[in-house]
Amino acid sequence: MPTINDILIMLPEFFLVTAACVLLLADAFMKPAERVYLHWLSIGVLIVTGYLVLRFQPGTVTAFNGMFIRDGLGTILKLFALLSTILVFIYGRPYMIDRKLYAGEFYTLMIFAVIGVMLLVSAGNLVMVYLGLELLTLSSYALVALNRDSSLSSEAAIKYFVLGALSSGMLLYGMSMVYGATGTLDLAQLHAAAPHSAMPHLLVFGLVFMVIGVAFKLGVAPFHMWIPDVYEGSPTAVTAFIGSASKLAAFGMAFRLLATGMGDFAQHWQMMLAALAVLSLAIGNVVAIVQSNLKRLLAYSTISHMGYLLLGLVNAGPEGYSAAMFYAVSYALMSTAAFGVILALSRAGFECENIDDFKGLNQRAPWMAFLMMLALFSLAGVPPMFGFFAKLLVLQAAIHANMLWLAIVGAVFAIIGLYYYLRVVKVMYFDKPEAGTEVRLQPDFTLRVALSLNALVLLALGLYWGPLLSWCKQAFVG
Amino acid sequence: MFNHLLSLLIWLPIVGAVPVLLAGSGRPNTARWISLLMAILTFAVSLFLIPQYHADVAGMQLVESHLWIESLNVHYGLGVDGISVALILLTTFVGILVIVGAWEVIQDKPHQYMAAMLVLEGLMIGVFCATDALLFYVFFEAMLIPMFILIGIWGGPRRVYATLKFFIYTFFGSIFMLVGLIYLYLKAGTFDLHTLATLPLSMQEQGWLFFAFLLAFAVKVPMVPVHTWLPDAHVEAPTGGSVVLAAVMLKIGGYGFLRFTLPIVPDAAHHFAWVVILLSLIAVVYIGYVALVQEDMKKLVAYSSVAHMGFVTLGVFIAFMLVREQGNTDAARLGLQGAMVQMISHGFVSGAMFSCIGVLYDRLHTRLIKDYGGVINVMPWFGFFYVFFAMANCGLPGTSGFVGEFMVILSSFSANPWIALFAAFTLIIGAAYTLWLVKRVLWGEVTNPHVAEMTDINGREWFVLGAFAAAVLVLGVWPEPLTHLMDTSVNQLVQVLAIHKV
Repeated sequence: MPTINDILIMLPEFFLVTAACVLLLADAFMKPAERVYLHWLSIGVLIVTGYLVLRFQPGTVTAFNGMFIRDGLGTILKLFALLSTILVFIYGRPYMIDRKLYAGEFYTLMIFAVIGVMLLVSAGNLVMVYLGLELLTLSSYALVALNRDSSLSSEAAIKYFVLGALSSGMLLYGMSMVYGATGTLDLAQLHAAAPHSAMPHLLVFGLVFMVIGVAFKLGVAPFHMWIPDVYEGSPTAVTAFIGSASKLAAFGMAFRLLATGMGDFAQHWQMMLAALAVLSLAIGNVVAIVQSNLKRLLAYSTISHMGYLLLGLVNAGPEGYSAAMFYAVSYALMSTAAFGVILALSRAGFECENIDDFKGLNQRAPWMAFLMMLALFSLAGVPPMFGFFAKLLVLQAAIHANMLWLAIVGAVFAIIGLYYYLRVVKVMYFDKPEAGTEVRLQPDFTLRVALSLNALVLLALGLYWGPLLSWCKQAFVG
Repeated sequence: MFNHLLSLLIWLPIVGAVPVLLAGSGRPNTARWISLLMAILTFAVSLFLIPQYHADVAGMQLVESHLWIESLNVHYGLGVDGISVALILLTTFVGILVIVGAWEVIQDKPHQYMAAMLVLEGLMIGVFCATDALLFYVFFEAMLIPMFILIGIWGGPRRVYATLKFFIYTFFGSIFMLVGLIYLYLKAGTFDLHTLATLPLSMQEQGWLFFAFLLAFAVKVPMVPVHTWLPDAHVEAPTGGSVVLAAVMLKIGGYGFLRFTLPIVPDAAHHFAWVVILLSLIAVVYIGYVALVQEDMKKLVAYSSVAHMGFVTLGVFIAFMLVREQGNTDAARLGLQGAMVQMISHGFVSGAMFSCIGVLYDRLHTRLIKDYGGVINVMPWFGFFYVFFAMANCGLPGTSGFVGEFMVILSSFSANPWIALFAAFTLIIGAAYTLWLVKRVLWGEVTNPHVAEMTDINGREWFVLGAFAAAVLVLGVWPEPLTHLMDTSVNQLVQVLAIHKV
């Protein structure tokens, strides 16, 4: 029987669900001109949710008989997921207006996806993991297809849906085997029961399928096929969401399933993740070199970044988990900044997604070029940017797990990866703008302020990242 | 007492770059003046190092240490010894001259150019101050960004190729050092260089770490065979970029050997000293010959830089042979001392040579030797300086170029006369390529009609070249203050060399 306490523990989620329903209803009665209220209301709702998440901070508590866990990990991931969604709303508004996609669905679907993220990262039960995941991905499929007149968009959505459904199926299949081997769906009980299982082979078999499910969601090679098409085909605002909040959720899911649930089988999944990491680093970094579309380039860069994230997870200890989470958070901030610049430079009829569109940006919009440069150097992992320290931590975690070879592979691919980020900087700073093209910045004031802060934070956090790391580490202590 | 002198030195130019950028392209002169002011201020602050630093006391001084990342025990740790002080003074000195040197030359977005120069200066000072390995690495790598932009925006026709090569090459070298540093950190629990120096390491560990460090610093110095980025970067960089690159950035490689390789992996460094010595001799002899056949002035000076920096690595590693195999600490001290003097001297001489080439390039927009000839007829003052720096470049006694080379050759003679013989080749080859350069550019009749239209150096250029010339001359006839400044630190290094870690 749920008590009032259960509801209090899940208050942020309940609040957001209620708010999403109210917003959906409100949208039905709004005139198009009044939609700006919906925009600000949505942001307000997310801020209030963030406040509620922060309010009950310390300690680990469970609700609904262990279905839902509220702990440090969940808090951090939720806060940054909410933050990146707010940023996506701000960056995306002018873009969506220009494309006549500025409708209530964008906001409500996005909020439902965020609810999915929040449930997923707090899941204490295999069923809950699946529910959260489906809520997130089903909303995402619809978001990708939001631009329904575009064949590219539809193609991306279909691809995403088919592959996503396949991966969900694999995940469920794995979960069912794990259930068969241990007789429980609860992650904590699973953790206790797994070492004594009468059918260890079945359990490991199930584990393989769960790793595949996680790999699909993270988008690591060889389960990365959907990433480039979805990144390219979606409206850029949606891409920014998939590249930030979704990645945080995928990390949360990986942690819940592998560490919370199958922590004692780490020696099995460690090697699987190491192999996935090497493949992702190789495919992501090498294929990105030949891309001419920036969104596609960032898609391949995501694949390689998720490979780095796995370097942290491979450690299978608090140090590695905190490094991986630090990486996920840093990646979310970097990718919102990079997509934010693309959004700020897009306008009606012009996507600003080809690398050539950035030619000579420094001469036309030096501030935007500077912000993009910060984001790119951070993605490349050049100190003193934030991204460097994230890479440092995951490399350290890998070395500490006695996988020096993996760290060296990571280092080598960082050099290869550097090239394509530098290529974009080169285009912005060293090339002359093409005649007949022009750069028109979105005049939206909030967008400019938020984007500037977002990119400058990458530098600021690079200079002082201690508190964030301590926070991440605390989440895994005790 | 004010004890944030080093922080002030690092951050003054970096923060100073912000108003320069904000001055914007609309008011280029404001940007120029602010940046000059910042550079002069930084130089003035760096002069305080001289009274504040006690040259007779060993160890790091003016130490600042704040916990930076608590959970990793990383410190924002700064400190200087005699070697760092000398290099910092070199940096701030050159910092002013490159700003003055770029005054009218850089017409395209001067505010961005000046800002990048200031940031670069601050970061280089940071490299020389850092006593925490991670902080060192951050400065070491961050330095690449402004340089990448300097070459890429204001460089020559093949600037994009050159700057990408520069960035990727250097990044490639240092990332393995990062892996090595993380490994050390996990063993020692700290990035503090002093603690790392006392960390016992097995021979195998030292071997791997040695090559990780070698790769990073060899690319930076640069040593054969990873020197190929340097001629490209030099040729394409704007004059100021070349000057900073040659005068200060290359020194960071030599400095890294002293700070990392010597104290942390002394046994492996001794074991593999022959590798470095061999590569240094190849640099001195073979690269000298390569310099001889260059048709591009900048390329010639770039190759001569590689050859001269060979003396630095030679002096550092010959000290290992002397201390470990002969117990000859006096000669080892001479070698290290010579390497350090060579670094400072090469900073002035190469900076001056590139400034001279810049002067010519601004007038004729070509760097090819064959386009010149008889320049002395139209630019007598310029000819005066050019010949003077050329003499310093080939190591004429009385100029700073002589002091360092002589000390290194002397100490290598104690180690092995054969090494000294090959090292001494530089006196011939260096003279050959430099004098031949002077002959083809300055002497003879004016054959190119454009040369006849060239005007002699103006006051600004006079100032830049005059300052360089004064430094070269003072260091050449009176190196004692410099050697005194570094003496205690060098002695300490020699003692470190003798400590076996295995």
